[in-house]
Amino acid sequence: MSEAKDHSQEITPAIEGWYTLDREQPHLVGARCDDCGTYYFPKTVSYCRNPDCDSEQFAETLLSRTGTIWSYTDASYAPPAPFPAQDPFEPFAIAAVELAKEKMIVMGQVATGIGPSQLHIGDPVELILEPHERTEGDLRWVWKWRPCATEAAS
Amino acid sequence: MSQEIAIIGVGMHPWGKWGRNFVEYGVHAARAALADAGISWREVGFVSGGATIRNGYPGQVAGATFAQALGWQGAEVNTSYAACASGSQALAAARSKILSGACEVALVVGADTTPKGFLAPASGYRPEDPDWVRFYLGITNPTYFALYARRRMDLYGDSEDDFGLVKVKNSQHGLTNPYARYRKAFSLDDVRASAMVADPLRLLNVCATSDGGAALIVCSLDYAKRLGKADAVKVAAVSTVTPTFASAVVEMPDIATDSAAADGIEAIRYRETIPRKAYEEAGIGPEDVSVAEVYDLSSALELDWYEDLGLCARGDAARLIREGATTLGGRLPVNPSGGLACFGEAVPAQAIAQVCELTWQLRGQAGDRQVAGAQVGITANQGLFGHGSSVIVKR
Repeated sequence: MSEAKDHSQEITPAIEGWYTLDREQPHLVGARCDDCGTYYFPKTVSYCRNPDCDSEQFAETLLSRTGTIWSYTDASYAPPAPFPAQDPFEPFAIAAVELAKEKMIVMGQVATGIGPSQLHIGDPVELILEPHERTEGDLRWVWKWRPCATEAAS
Repeated sequence: MSQEIAIIGVGMHPWGKWGRNFVEYGVHAARAALADAGISWREVGFVSGGATIRNGYPGQVAGATFAQALGWQGAEVNTSYAACASGSQALAAARSKILSGACEVALVVGADTTPKGFLAPASGYRPEDPDWVRFYLGITNPTYFALYARRRMDLYGDSEDDFGLVKVKNSQHGLTNPYARYRKAFSLDDVRASAMVADPLRLLNVCATSDGGAALIVCSLDYAKRLGKADAVKVAAVSTVTPTFASAVVEMPDIATDSAAADGIEAIRYRETIPRKAYEEAGIGPEDVSVAEVYDLSSALELDWYEDLGLCARGDAARLIREGATTLGGRLPVNPSGGLACFGEAVPAQAIAQVCELTWQLRGQAGDRQVAGAQVGITANQGLFGHGSSVIVKR
């Protein structure tokens, strides 16, 4: 696990295997059908859901870590369990993000501190990791979407 | 051969938060529908129930549960679960049975007792269940409604007040409906002053969950004729189509859409495919519709339905609500019952309740909320896991 390129301290995911744990450039981990090229997130490895494809062969693939906002909202009230709400609850924004190459939309929370008034449909965003749940001495991390800095390209 | 069946009886138990056993609401609605039809329970050859998933084993075999409660008399039974479309799927099963000649008269019934607050998933750590994952991430049902509402605002220029106008209209419609749970007129200011739930949707833009029950007595056209009810309202179409890969819209409970990356695959909006099949089956078009009952899980979603039903062009729905076209007295009233805004959702009963309302409308029995001269009505709803339905009734 402790390879040379791992420049971050090891972190624990909130959902195992759904995203890389690279704190600088994280990716969602998807799958791509060997036959028809359909992408899956969460990844599937058993059967392709394209009605014209009966493939059962998939390659694990890292999804694009940037996309554009399809729509957005927020959670003004604490969601019910199993959401690990902090006390006091801080509202957080949620975005549905279009990935151009994969031709799909993936939802996620938006980076802490960014509210819906700072978002617009079509804005470019990138994937980051932030803490999601704190259990006994254990911090679990999840993917979130963060608006790209204006000068950042690609 | 006619593909139509007759609706000779409708009945409901008032919506509310009564906290009683769901079977009581179903039996009450069934007996009201039987009385409305003027036939005895022993005439019914098929009981088609909408299942409730929150009431243990009796809820999962609702058809049999209601048949036993009404008194076993040997009728065949069926139970359908299809989320918000459960009632329509139960109706579709009864229709098939009748059209095949296997039975003449059927009871379609659904009832529910629902918990307070957000609908939440089963507990445990279950990342293989998309419904669990989205709740774990804090993505509740209103989140999805809000994403759709925001798109209307950013793409079509709808305002929060446009959504508020839908709530104001529906609250006005339901004011004297004896089956509605909320019979209170809300103003635009009331909506504006209610708490934000999921930006841009406020508490008064989002529907509640309710207890309630609804039932239909449906039969062959021959049977209706023999009863002297040849002019009964007819079911002209029942669409319960599933989505077509790939999904263009993020839908509950998923956190991602399908990918449309494969050759020959395009992203398709499920909601607009549901009524399309109903129109085809009935051989009519949106221009023939005189009244609609649609699933206003949020008041913004009602506007999406105007477009999905083809009542106006994509992006034009806000104009209909601003002009009053969909208000009683307008050219195409929508949700004369008051809709989910006044009822709250009782999942397995709701699609049946929509048909009850349209039946009263087409008979001219809707009292204060009567749509003048209603000839053709259409329902529409959509729920979790690829379930949705649209029913067309006509004179």
